[in-house]
Amino acid sequence: MAGDAVQVPHTATGLDNRKLGMWAFLGSECLFFGSLIATYLLYRGRSVQGPFPEDVYDIPYTSVSSFVLLMSSLTMVLALNAIQRGDHRRLRAWLLATALLGITFVGGQVFEFTVFVREGLTLSRNLFGSSFFVLTGFHGAHVTVGILMLLTLYGMSLAGRLPSERALRVELVGLYWHFVDIVWIVIFTVVYLIPS
Amino acid sequence: MASVAVTRPSFFRRPRATTGLAAWLTTVDHKRIGILYGATAFVFFLLGGIEALLLRIQLAQPNGAFLDADTYNQVFTMHGLTMIFLVVMPLSSAFFNYLIPLQIGARDVAFPRLNAFSYWVFLVGGIFLYSSFFLGGAPNGGWFGYAPLSSGEGFLPGTGMTYYSIGLQIVGVASLASAVNFIVTILNERAPGMSLMRMPVFTWMTLVVSFLLLFAMPVIAIALFELGFDRLFGTLFFNPAAGGDALLWQHLFWLFGHPEVYILILPAMGIVSEVLPTFSRKPLFGYAAVVFSGIAIGFMGWGVWAHHMFTTGLGPVANTAFALSTMFIAVPTGVKIFNWLGTMWGGSIRFTSPMLFAIGFVAMFIIGGLSGVTHAIVPSDFQQQDTYYVVAHFHYVLFGGAIFGLFSGAYYWLPKVTGRVLSEGLGKLHFWLMLIGFNLTFAPMHWLGLQGMPRRYYTYPEEAGWGFWNLIETVGSFVIAASILVFMVNLVRSMSRGREAGADPWDARTLEWSIPSPPPHYNFAEIPDVRHRDELWHRKYAEDERGRPVPVVAGAEHHDEADDEEEHPDIHMPDPSYFPLLAALGLPVIGYGLIYFWPVAVVGGLITLAGLFGWSLEPVAEE
Ligand SMILES: [Cu+2]
Repeated sequence: MAGDAVQVPHTATGLDNRKLGMWAFLGSECLFFGSLIATYLLYRGRSVQGPFPEDVYDIPYTSVSSFVLLMSSLTMVLALNAIQRGDHRRLRAWLLATALLGITFVGGQVFEFTVFVREGLTLSRNLFGSSFFVLTGFHGAHVTVGILMLLTLYGMSLAGRLPSERALRVELVGLYWHFVDIVWIVIFTVVYLIPS
Repeated sequence: MASVAVTRPSFFRRPRATTGLAAWLTTVDHKRIGILYGATAFVFFLLGGIEALLLRIQLAQPNGAFLDADTYNQVFTMHGLTMIFLVVMPLSSAFFNYLIPLQIGARDVAFPRLNAFSYWVFLVGGIFLYSSFFLGGAPNGGWFGYAPLSSGEGFLPGTGMTYYSIGLQIVGVASLASAVNFIVTILNERAPGMSLMRMPVFTWMTLVVSFLLLFAMPVIAIALFELGFDRLFGTLFFNPAAGGDALLWQHLFWLFGHPEVYILILPAMGIVSEVLPTFSRKPLFGYAAVVFSGIAIGFMGWGVWAHHMFTTGLGPVANTAFALSTMFIAVPTGVKIFNWLGTMWGGSIRFTSPMLFAIGFVAMFIIGGLSGVTHAIVPSDFQQQDTYYVVAHFHYVLFGGAIFGLFSGAYYWLPKVTGRVLSEGLGKLHFWLMLIGFNLTFAPMHWLGLQGMPRRYYTYPEEAGWGFWNLIETVGSFVIAASILVFMVNLVRSMSRGREAGADPWDARTLEWSIPSPPPHYNFAEIPDVRHRDELWHRKYAEDERGRPVPVVAGAEHHDEADDEEEHPDIHMPDPSYFPLLAALGLPVIGYGLIYFWPVAVVGGLITLAGLFGWSLEPVAEE
């Protein structure tokens, strides 16, 4: 949604405005998720009543959905590669694949949340519930925003409004998408894999 | 740009107005957005000032009965929130917006629509916060909203602190967006030859502040989310009964809060670093030292937050470490002060209104800085914690510092904005009234604090013996109010009767003074070619063999006024847009929805989403 530079074709640093802006924004996002993860770590093992993490985590299940999200980074790279080569049919295929993998991940998260709630873990049950749902929920919201952007790109490409000269748009969404993936790797490691 | 021909449905016709309300609602011109920021923040300044007067009336006498305790809590909380988030930050934004493109030789910011979005989000966030007064009571837990006091069920009932958590979140979105915008603008949009070390110091300080905002806003965002979720959805982040940590909020808040202090003061330091050289007719003494000490403050500001928490029982090791880091951060600040003194030393000083305010800034900021260092000494801080001594300290820094600096900037740059110079007589009257009123109001708070008068109490008993100085403080606060009236009269008067400013009324040094006042909408008819720090000065003056400035004969270097009247059809500026306003309008709707009726929040989300979609699908400028 950021602007194309109208009047200055080249910039003082040589980096495109939108790319630099996206990098700055992602730097900010690091502290956003950093603060959430810090809260989760602070409250690890401090809930006064269950269910506790070991009661509800299904590591194999979450590993599979993490793998799905990781694969979506690969399809994202392929989408960017396609538009840079001018192959718009493949671009749309890979964009759609990335979005579908993302939807699968978010769907898996929604399912996981419902299972946890059925097992008695809610936002207001204990500190684990509060910090877990808010951290992973914000991540899921970020993935959802990414899916919306991917589908927008897909729609634009269908309407013929995503020519190769605008490959940067795909690159920007890709930057965001990879960042959200990396954050998930950190969350999966810190939240699910390291025992309390 | 794009080679695709885009046909657009007619109901999305691009706004075209260049005058009238529609033009202002859809503007993406950084100068107009700067004016909007300044005017809005000034209105909030008046509101925050009225709140301050209410507090001072209540405290003028022992056992005051002007405000009841609950109202007092709301008024002092809103006074603090207003002055910090709705006055000093957006006033600084007003200067960033108006000046940064002019100082770096650009035609606009990197993302003009994002810039408009920032302003509208700030405006609706401020209105949202203030609407709480009419909807069951304003925030009443202090500007730092300590949880669990602010989060717990029985402690602060009502919706006040919920408005706090959502309102500050909205205002924070504006700050984050403008941080990204100004980082990219300053790094990318500089004119050819404008290397980093040729940038004006004000531009440098804007860059540092933008980075501080970029990294500080997400931290408070999380703190506010956790607070809001505790209040709205029953999470337990700050609930001690469930094992929640009573200090988590304080850590998150002050990890944001101390960088925030520099977010508030660095713009004023940048302003003063422009004003002092101009009116001393000397280059800034130790430019590199001023720049690097600003950067050092930006880094070190992250390592001192726990000095707000000495009395919470962090233990002697943590207290000592943060005491040392806090004393260290006084060093780069001291470096700046000596540089400003060095700039004036031996200069041919002109005591104009902007210069007086700049000198007032340096003097008052030294006092506030020194009392700040006394807070760094842990045992001393144990005595001062939560007393009026602390109130005295931060008003010397944020009023004596930031507000004096911002007024210096206002007198200095308003002629560029309006084309007319403000009256010097009224300006000086404003300065002296404000300086006297300020010291009458806040100096006695030092000794009242040392005598043990606690802050945030709505009244005090007669036997405490604090009545006399409190009365003096109240008198002082009304002197400040009078000085602000003088400023408003001056501003209105200058619009019609002020001396014509011309391009360069102060014989100044930086690029914004090389173009007409007010500047044409495209700023620079021709993008300047920068060869020096203080580029404009070097175009006007050469040096004789003893280093004294000698005017260059005005000729080719001087721009031709007639030339600027042309329309320059070759210059393409971004087109106005409805979408930033639309995207911003959804945010308070989400807020009200969360508090009262959640389907409304969904509607708000859809409004914002519609704005963002429209925005991303429309080109920056129509072909
Ligand atoms: Cu501090």
